[in-house]
Amino acid sequence: MYMDRFTSLHMDVLKEIGNIGAGNAATSLSQILNRKIEMKVPAVKIVSFDEMMDIVGGPERVLVAVFLRIEGDITGSMFFVLSPEEADRFVHRMTGDETFTFSTSQKNELAISAFQELGNIVSGSYLTSLSDFTRLNIQPSVPSVAVDMVGAILSIGLIELSQVSDYAIVVNTSLMDVEESEQEVKGHFFLLPDPNSFETIFTALGVIQDD
Amino acid sequence: MIDVSTVVKVGIADLNVVQSPQRIRTSGLGSCVGVVLFDEAKHVAGMVHVMLPNSSLAREKTLNTAKYADTGIGELLLKVQALGARKYAIKAKIAGGAQMFAFTSANEMMRIGPRNVESVKEQLQRYRIPLVAEDCGGNSGRTIEFDPTTALLEIRTVNKGVSQI
Repeated sequence: MYMDRFTSLHMDVLKEIGNIGAGNAATSLSQILNRKIEMKVPAVKIVSFDEMMDIVGGPERVLVAVFLRIEGDITGSMFFVLSPEEADRFVHRMTGDETFTFSTSQKNELAISAFQELGNIVSGSYLTSLSDFTRLNIQPSVPSVAVDMVGAILSIGLIELSQVSDYAIVVNTSLMDVEESEQEVKGHFFLLPDPNSFETIFTALGVIQDD
Repeated sequence: MIDVSTVVKVGIADLNVVQSPQRIRTSGLGSCVGVVLFDEAKHVAGMVHVMLPNSSLAREKTLNTAKYADTGIGELLLKVQALGARKYAIKAKIAGGAQMFAFTSANEMMRIGPRNVESVKEQLQRYRIPLVAEDCGGNSGRTIEFDPTTALLEIRTVNKGVSQI
């Protein structure tokens, strides 16, 4: 089954997954950073590959990304992406090292490791709540961090589904720091289930599929 | 009528052709490979943004030929010839095929960059198109732009700046 057979009910179920997952992730992020982080209502969209890159500012925009593969009853890819400036701020709060920046190619192992751990915790809480909600066995791989063009980063998550379609179903949740006046978007979670996993998710949640 | 000095964009799993003074570019290549076929004397070029090594992987109903190395290069070859490129004069330049994340996962898909590059080279041999320059592998994303007037491929990365091949 793929997206040509998706109804609004299916989209709502995916939206709820984004809601629960990112809600828990925002809570753990708030705890690590000791700041109030809130999330926006998740958006579930069927987009072309090019449109997906445009959601985060176009394929050439440089972002810091934590990427992990999902394994177990369902498979897929997950990304937590942030602007380099915001990732810097997160690392400063975690390590107390104000000199670190992702904008230079100079690598600071401790800072990258700290950011990787942050990614590990927030994506772990996203997936744990997804697992609890669906009662499926969901295991994240060890996360990997990259600072590069969005197109180059997110396309890795499209490899599996590009064999089936030219469109991706993106469960996108944006995070905001409510203690800052502008309340600008701080980061995005992207959940990209592999094509075969949609059926597993919907069956686990008791959503009837029509043939 | 061709607009002077415009840049034609090629999306993901997409292909297009240009004539001087137009240039052609694709942005944010990671594991994907950008393949340029050109006839230097005729100032004609085409570019395909290859995502997957082989169309035998396809499980889609209508095949997007530009997505796969085997079908994409074949179609691009026809399109540049239709624009005036001569088969015997066509040469290739390629870039991309990076491994963006260091993964120890057993998943073969994580090696997709090198596999794309191998497959592109096989296809170029199959069509007897000489590969005159390449910038492949590594772990950086690339944005590439080809100018058919100079036959130079400009490659921009986040950490290493701009180079030309």
